[in-house]
Amino acid sequence: MQGQREPWDAIIRPKSGWFDINFKELVRYWDLTMLLVKRNFTVLYKQTILGPAWVVIQPLMTTLVFTVVFGGIAGLPTDGMPSFLFYMCGNILWSYFSSCLSETSRTFISNRALFGKVYFPRLVMPISVSISKLINFLVQFLFFILFLIYYALKPNSPVHPNFAMIAFTPLLLIQTAILGMGFGIIISSLTTKYWDLNMLVGFGVHLWMYATPVAYASSLVMAKHPRLIGLYMLNPMTPIIEFFRSAYLGVENISLHYMPLSVGVTLVVMFLGLVLFSRVEKTFMDTV
Amino acid sequence: MTDRTLEIDGVSKRYRLGSIGGRTLHGDLTSWFARVRGKEDPNLKIGASPRPSANATFMALDGVSFSADRGDALGILGRNGAGKSTLLKLISRITAPTEGEIRIRGRVASLLEIGTGFHHELTGRENVYLNGAILGMSRAEITSKIGEIIEFSEIEQFIDTPVKRYSSGMYVKLAFAVAAHLDPDVLICDEVLAVGDLTFQQKCLGKMSDVARGGRTVLYVSHNMRTVNQLCSRAIYLERGKLLYDGGVARAIDLYAGSGLRTVDRDLDGMPRGKLQGLLIRMLSMRILGSETMEYQMDDVMEFQVRFRSDAQESRLRLRLMLKNNSSSPVAMTQTEAFEVKPGDRPTLTIRFPLEGIAPGEYGIKLALVGGDPRGRSANYDLIEDVGHFIITDDPSRTEGFLWQEPVWGNFRLGRLEMEIK
Repeated sequence: MQGQREPWDAIIRPKSGWFDINFKELVRYWDLTMLLVKRNFTVLYKQTILGPAWVVIQPLMTTLVFTVVFGGIAGLPTDGMPSFLFYMCGNILWSYFSSCLSETSRTFISNRALFGKVYFPRLVMPISVSISKLINFLVQFLFFILFLIYYALKPNSPVHPNFAMIAFTPLLLIQTAILGMGFGIIISSLTTKYWDLNMLVGFGVHLWMYATPVAYASSLVMAKHPRLIGLYMLNPMTPIIEFFRSAYLGVENISLHYMPLSVGVTLVVMFLGLVLFSRVEKTFMDTV
Repeated sequence: MTDRTLEIDGVSKRYRLGSIGGRTLHGDLTSWFARVRGKEDPNLKIGASPRPSANATFMALDGVSFSADRGDALGILGRNGAGKSTLLKLISRITAPTEGEIRIRGRVASLLEIGTGFHHELTGRENVYLNGAILGMSRAEITSKIGEIIEFSEIEQFIDTPVKRYSSGMYVKLAFAVAAHLDPDVLICDEVLAVGDLTFQQKCLGKMSDVARGGRTVLYVSHNMRTVNQLCSRAIYLERGKLLYDGGVARAIDLYAGSGLRTVDRDLDGMPRGKLQGLLIRMLSMRILGSETMEYQMDDVMEFQVRFRSDAQESRLRLRLMLKNNSSSPVAMTQTEAFEVKPGDRPTLTIRFPLEGIAPGEYGIKLALVGGDPRGRSANYDLIEDVGHFIITDDPSRTEGFLWQEPVWGNFRLGRLEMEIK
């Protein structure tokens, strides 16, 4: 029969192997990904008075609180930088990471009804979430730049953006997204069996923030506990945030030596995430 | 252009029974710890057998193979639990098979998925895009069809209003409009699960026959043999996960009709009933007389015997027969005249049930033994919800040449209207 020569559009097989992600198909569903991004964004601020302004209000408020509590009351050093700028810098990047992580960790649970009815590559969901969060980040980033210009133009300002490092920003953002999504899909794959992990995510991410130099400088850890620094730098978010700060504020920082380690951890997490996700996505409807 | 759109090759689906997991990490750990120490699992229900066996499984589908071409309208028949829904889930890629392979050419869509992914905060137009993309259309494709879709949905003036302000009717119309313009190569319709009002169901059926005539493949799952007969060009019959027949519709319907509860001798004693039923007076068995398959012509008479035992004195006992239609709605009731039973009696009743007036279709029988007091109240001594099914076949010669349309005309055929023409 002549038909045998024409290829099949889809071949459904049992779970085969341990890595089974169809990237071509993912590209074919790019339109869906973008429509979901648009949906996430429109829906989030419907029926709010301030609307998208919330995107900016949230990090500004957190930064203010940090400035007052950690900078003002606790008096933590901020590498000689204006503390508001210092905290905002860490904050916006951390909130991008943490929101990616916690949103994607609910992929299977919150989309159960949809996944039970229609097939589309399940990875579309976490990817669209990461992109929506990136839009939020970019808006916050814009405000950060405005503050940065204000502080940098002050006479005798300690702020000296390092433009060579700033050029790496897109790569840094991609790494953050991959890291957040990687952890997120690992957790989401495990939550199909163990629902308690979902409970863990909320406060786990919160605790994680304190293991990351968001509210303080990593130079503080190096000064006080130089022996623990190896362990401390295993946290892949630490070099990312320090890099970001060095680039935009111009702080000298030794944790940049740990950047390759961070990239390595990111790749491992992403790979592990994809493996777990591809194992779970085909049959999770049978167990959820 | 090739003809083959779907090939199912030795597909099995196994489900694990029992130990699917404790849902919480703690639960799994305690169960595991108890097993290691050889103690009873603290998370098992009391009385449940401790782990039926480590790998107790259930084959929802067992080595099923068939294929479908363009223009095929394929009926999928089988009793509940035969594996029909599992098969559709596999074809629509909701879950993966345990063994075997499914090959698909083109887009698969299901009329079940109407409105999937609709978000109530988005406008009608935004939802058309989102829903279309979820069902597999590209943005360009939707843009090229959006005019048609909006026109079909009949809600042009509300298209830019959030769907949360829609009436449920408008919502369904819009959702259906998207599904109808999907142009799938393989269309799945599961009548058992179909929701919506009558007109909507009719619209679904209409759409399906259009699709099949348009050279696509339709897979149709239904318990309604008459629509299967009307729509399908071929049928397969599944029983307990196995494909028993693939071929002509008539033969598949025969197989379906002969299966399940439609057997001649039936043990009523062992059938499930309510807690307080069948204590004093209990139906024991039933035997169908004069029919092997329980298929009847219109106006036939069904004959059967019911044997029961009595431990009570009842002077006004009756056997009551209630009919349920396809969708399990009650249709009618009839009963015997009152008779007397004494403790220790084990009588056999022979019943003649004239089927006159009952419209063609498939019906379930619900049987009860009731005692009535003179004031007209009745008390059930024994009641069994579903003792069996029978079919009344369509015979246009008795309905003045019309095929009976159950959704429109109901389950009863009244006497002919008398008239005079002046």
